[in-house]
Amino acid sequence: MAFLTIYWRDMIRFVRFRALLFSSLLQPALWMAFFGVAMSSNFDRLTSAVPVPAGAFSVEYLTFMAAGVIAMTTLFTSLFGGISLLFDKNWGLMREMMASPIPRTDIMIGISLSGMTKSFIQVLIIMVFGLLIGVNFFPGYPPLQIAYSVLGLLLFVGVFSLGFLFLSSTISMRMESPEGLQGVITLLTLPLFFVSNALYPIQAFPPFLQALSVLNPLTYLVTGIRYFTIGSDFFAIGTHYSYTAIDILIAFGALATFTTVMYAVAWQTFRKAVIT
Amino acid sequence: MGGDIIEVENLTHAFDGFQAVKGISFSVREGEIFSFLGPNGAGKSTTINVLITLLPLQSGRVRIAGYDVAREPARVRESIGVVFQNEVLDRDLTVRETMEFHGRLYGIPRDERRAKIEEMLGIVKLTGKRDERTKNLSGGMKRRLEIARGLMTQPQVLFLDEPTIGLDPQTRLKMWDYIEQVNEAGTTIFLTTHYMDEADTLSDRISIIDHGEIVTTGTPDSLKNALGEDVIYLETTDNRAAEKALGSLKSVRNTMASPRGLVVTITEDGSRCLPAVIDRVRGEGIAIRSVNLKKPSMDDVFVHYTGRELRDTGEAGRGGS
Ligand SMILES: Nc1ncnc2c1ncn2[C@@H]1O[C@H](COP(=O)(O)OP(=O)(O)OP(=O)(O)O)[C@@H](O)[C@H]1O
Ligand SMILES: [Mg+2]
Repeated sequence: MAFLTIYWRDMIRFVRFRALLFSSLLQPALWMAFFGVAMSSNFDRLTSAVPVPAGAFSVEYLTFMAAGVIAMTTLFTSLFGGISLLFDKNWGLMREMMASPIPRTDIMIGISLSGMTKSFIQVLIIMVFGLLIGVNFFPGYPPLQIAYSVLGLLLFVGVFSLGFLFLSSTISMRMESPEGLQGVITLLTLPLFFVSNALYPIQAFPPFLQALSVLNPLTYLVTGIRYFTIGSDFFAIGTHYSYTAIDILIAFGALATFTTVMYAVAWQTFRKAVIT
Repeated sequence: MGGDIIEVENLTHAFDGFQAVKGISFSVREGEIFSFLGPNGAGKSTTINVLITLLPLQSGRVRIAGYDVAREPARVRESIGVVFQNEVLDRDLTVRETMEFHGRLYGIPRDERRAKIEEMLGIVKLTGKRDERTKNLSGGMKRRLEIARGLMTQPQVLFLDEPTIGLDPQTRLKMWDYIEQVNEAGTTIFLTTHYMDEADTLSDRISIIDHGEIVTTGTPDSLKNALGEDVIYLETTDNRAAEKALGSLKSVRNTMASPRGLVVTITEDGSRCLPAVIDRVRGEGIAIRSVNLKKPSMDDVFVHYTGRELRDTGEAGRGGS
């Protein structure tokens, strides 16, 4: 249970760095408030021309993209989460942990769990903020179903963020400087973000990009989030979305596989790490 | 005092082809305070890092508290405590949290941990700073906190890498006190230093290390006595006659007249030769105005074995690793 000790310490730092705390919460809110609201009026005007079958459930763009913003924020926070390790390493703090009797992989597990917690906090705040500015999540759901949906959503977010936290931990352990990590993160986030269904449907992608998006964990996260927050059958920006239970299980399986692989990679890195 | 709690045989460590530690062997007995005395870059920290399992064992054999560092690193880590040469403090944790974190890492149960933290903070006089963030502590307070932290787990062996670097003379003396207390309570201490007086005062035994090699090992007294260069300063009514009289004494290596008196270099333990020297001078009817016996210092020992003085190292501060 030594990872709880690492977790505890990292959470103290999270709460203590007020600036970091607020900026990490403000950024997604700004995305929603500006990009979301601005794009919504555009997309909704364009797509209002596309006929939606009578009786079908349709959501406006703001709701559609809110799921994408949740996913994007989770991706960003998680890829950054490993930076704690980089600082610990560079400031020599990791030596205390490495010389102590705790299993070394517990360091990475503790940091990753605290990163996951941060993602949960962010996601919940974005959802509340979104509902306030008119995002139509959980349309007509009774309270029990809302609770169940939130849990499902957090499950997806949790597995996804752990995967990227393990990746981030691996990179941090191998990097010398925060700038290096920053570079890798930038390099990773943009393609991940744009070759996904976060902001627009992938149905209209060229086949090559569609193939790539199938390999993109972000796509599966967004799918999971939309399923739990909007429903299994809806129209958005003129596209029909319908998810079966199998689709959702596959998406979850894909994320779990990704996370397992990342865990194995991080585990190897930690076992062999030499920190002095 | 029991058997050997640290056993090192033929330890070698290289960084990219550069031999930082060149096949050293030594052992530390249970209950001892053992010092590595050596200049910057001698390989002290490198040796410690291998012993505490932060660096992999490249060649040789190292056992700590009966466990092999290569085969049972987890067991070794359970048996030891470390105070690193460089500061290892999270700037944004408070003093209490710093201790709490460490106690948890070592799995000390909650109530015991709380009590231990209070006790240790009391010993290093940091109780009043309990809720201060470590970044607001003075350099000496930080070092005291690190030492308190190293001691709180009551390890079998405590490694102290230049424990009193950057401390004022008063605090240094107190640190020595703590170190001795802890040692009396049963913890074996392995410390590195480039302060002669520190090695001299604290250690049961010292190894002088230079360029990755141990050049000599012994108790502080035996090291100093082995030089056989005790010096007697004599002031007499007739220095020239005294010099002549002493020339035939077997234990006298050399005599030299200086404006303030006679400098007599002795080949044996000076305190044992002194009566004979006095007798001989008096026997010639020469009156002695004053006598002064000077034993070699650790500085002399160091210069003798390494061929250089340990200058500048005091200002090197907490560099290296
Ligand atoms: N990680 C490293 N990579 C390359 N060389 C290193 C590394 N660590 C130490 N060295 C070299 O090994 C030698 C021994 O260093 P070490 O830190 O063990 O010395 P030290 O006796 O502790 O000195 P000091 O009193 O300055 O702390 C030095 O020449 C140093 O430059
Ligand atoms: Mg050193």
